[in-house]
Amino acid sequence: MSWPRHLVDAAGWSGAIEALAAGRRTLAGLWGEPGLVHMATHADGEGAILSTPCPNGAYRSVSAWHAPAIRLERALFDLHGLRPDGALDKRPWLDHGRWTLRHPLGEALAATGPVPYPFLASEGENLHQIPVGPVHAGVIEPGHFRFTAAGETVVRLEERLGYVHRGLEGRLAGADLDRAAKLAGRASGDSTVAYAIAFARSAEDALGIEAPARAQWLRALMAELERLANHLGDIGAICNDAAFSLMHAHCGALREQVLRAAESAFGHRLMMDRVIPGGVAADITPEGARGIQALLRHIRDRLPRLVELYDDTASLQDRTVGTGRVSPELAARFGAGGFVGRASGRSFDARKAFPYAPYDVLNFGIRAREDGDVNARVWIRIEEVRESLGLVEQILDRLPSPPVHLGPPAGTGEGNALVESFRGDLFVWLRLAGGRVERAYLRDASWFQWPLLEAAIENNIVADFPLCNKSFNCSYAGVDL
Amino acid sequence: MSMPRFLVEGMLKGPLAERPPEPMSFAELGAEFETAVQRKLGRSLSIRQVDAGSCNACELEIHALGNAYYDLERFGLRFVASPRHAVVLLVTGPVTLNMREALERTYAATPGPKWVVAAGGCAIDGGLFADGYACAGGVADVIPVDIRIPGCPPTPIALLAGLLALLNGGKPLRGG
Ligand code: SF4
Repeated sequence: MSWPRHLVDAAGWSGAIEALAAGRRTLAGLWGEPGLVHMATHADGEGAILSTPCPNGAYRSVSAWHAPAIRLERALFDLHGLRPDGALDKRPWLDHGRWTLRHPLGEALAATGPVPYPFLASEGENLHQIPVGPVHAGVIEPGHFRFTAAGETVVRLEERLGYVHRGLEGRLAGADLDRAAKLAGRASGDSTVAYAIAFARSAEDALGIEAPARAQWLRALMAELERLANHLGDIGAICNDAAFSLMHAHCGALREQVLRAAESAFGHRLMMDRVIPGGVAADITPEGARGIQALLRHIRDRLPRLVELYDDTASLQDRTVGTGRVSPELAARFGAGGFVGRASGRSFDARKAFPYAPYDVLNFGIRAREDGDVNARVWIRIEEVRESLGLVEQILDRLPSPPVHLGPPAGTGEGNALVESFRGDLFVWLRLAGGRVERAYLRDASWFQWPLLEAAIENNIVADFPLCNKSFNCSYAGVDL
Repeated sequence: MSMPRFLVEGMLKGPLAERPPEPMSFAELGAEFETAVQRKLGRSLSIRQVDAGSCNACELEIHALGNAYYDLERFGLRFVASPRHAVVLLVTGPVTLNMREALERTYAATPGPKWVVAAGGCAIDGGLFADGYACAGGVADVIPVDIRIPGCPPTPIALLAGLLALLNGGKPLRGG
């Protein structure tokens, strides 16, 4: 069900800002179109979209009252040239001065060339700065981290992203549904299934159609396999960043087995381009279904021992307990989704808060903790692995009968979807006209998690940054687009 | 104590490692050289990976090369933290304009002789991101590319077969 969209005047817009600042509603997205700014918010399982015109290219800043909107407004200005009136941070975000033009999605201007980027200041005695990136030491995505440290202790971390901005939203505009679904599935490759589901559901919502039941169940099956693969890989990688490679080796093998099962069931290890508007591209193979059953048995056999190993290794706990803490207040204020939010007391999960098929009829629990450190994020992920195993089993047991696709959909309309990726809730809004995308907006879970990483590392030692960073595992591609 | 149990089990059970794949031929890899790389490199390759604008799925599969199934270090292949230690740059993604300079500087910082591998459809020709205001195109539009490993993303086996071709001068490991 679409979230209703209302056109509001300045007073209506200000009222919405007030509700966010007071914590009565949670920000789900902020995006633009020529002459118009949209804001999506939700509370108690009810979502709404507000749109306000921008006379003279400006609108009242949300971020002046509600910090989670800061980077969204900066990105919006870079892409559309719409100014947030009253915003404190007016630095560019995605635009590094290297594109061929400015404000590519608005009234485009000629490029100015690179300009120096002023990092936020830190004052105090004996502080030094450590610049890291965009090219990092490991096999990870590019981004810049500017640490200010007093000796070993981090006083301030500031992130600068945007390096992998590919112009995805610009490419989506005008694309037919086929191509647009492929593009959306490449917003953040590790969440390709979740993005493809969010895009397909938004398109179906816009066109007033529903994918066949079997397709919806198969989508959920793929989404849970994606969640399992990511959680298993990351649990191992977090331990590896604490120099405990035994966990890494075993978790890495389990992750590989999930990907192999996915390939045998759906024909692609990461299940890219398998979810399409109108259904899924192909049905599950019979041997694939058997393979997933065997996978479940195998993980259920291995997992308890790995969990025991994590729990029993004091040297590992010594690194993860108390490290990189995020307070429940901050998690709530930022509306942090996924394990980052749930490890800090925010038990939001799009599969429960905005139940979509088949999660509305499946049994699973959402757990939250209050401790908010690296250890808490690991435990939340372990518990999510267990829940996903249960979900996969239920789905395989109760899979409805074919068909798996409606035929290629076409038409005109507006729609949106909130989908739980392994990282947390991601939001998609789009408008279709004549079977093509007119405008599509994708908001990754990481938008509301990256800023918390800056808070989490404060007063920790520089050497614990990789561990904290991995325990968040935010997406660069997903926010840079 | 569960750790000793894991270690003992590891010794008793067989390894998970797969048989090595046949290296791809230079023709399959669109190679731009014919010389026997092996003579120059010996039996080991230090690889510096650079994400120049990837969606991160290529990185996931490159990561998988390190798991017990592919275990790339048994071939003398390893990832290094600095381009100064590398002979191979493994580049993914279309090159975004925001990453272009970083890629050029990484290439410049890599001592010769060096080889550049473009991994994945995006790195080969920009893929779905070929043109537009934010991308320079494929890797070859920015730095010279020696071999290309196709796929979206390339599977770990494809990556391994491509890298082994570099070690092997493009000839199969066994037989012909
Ligand atoms: S080739 Fe495919 S997997 Fe690799 S970066 Fe491009 S879109 Fe992502």
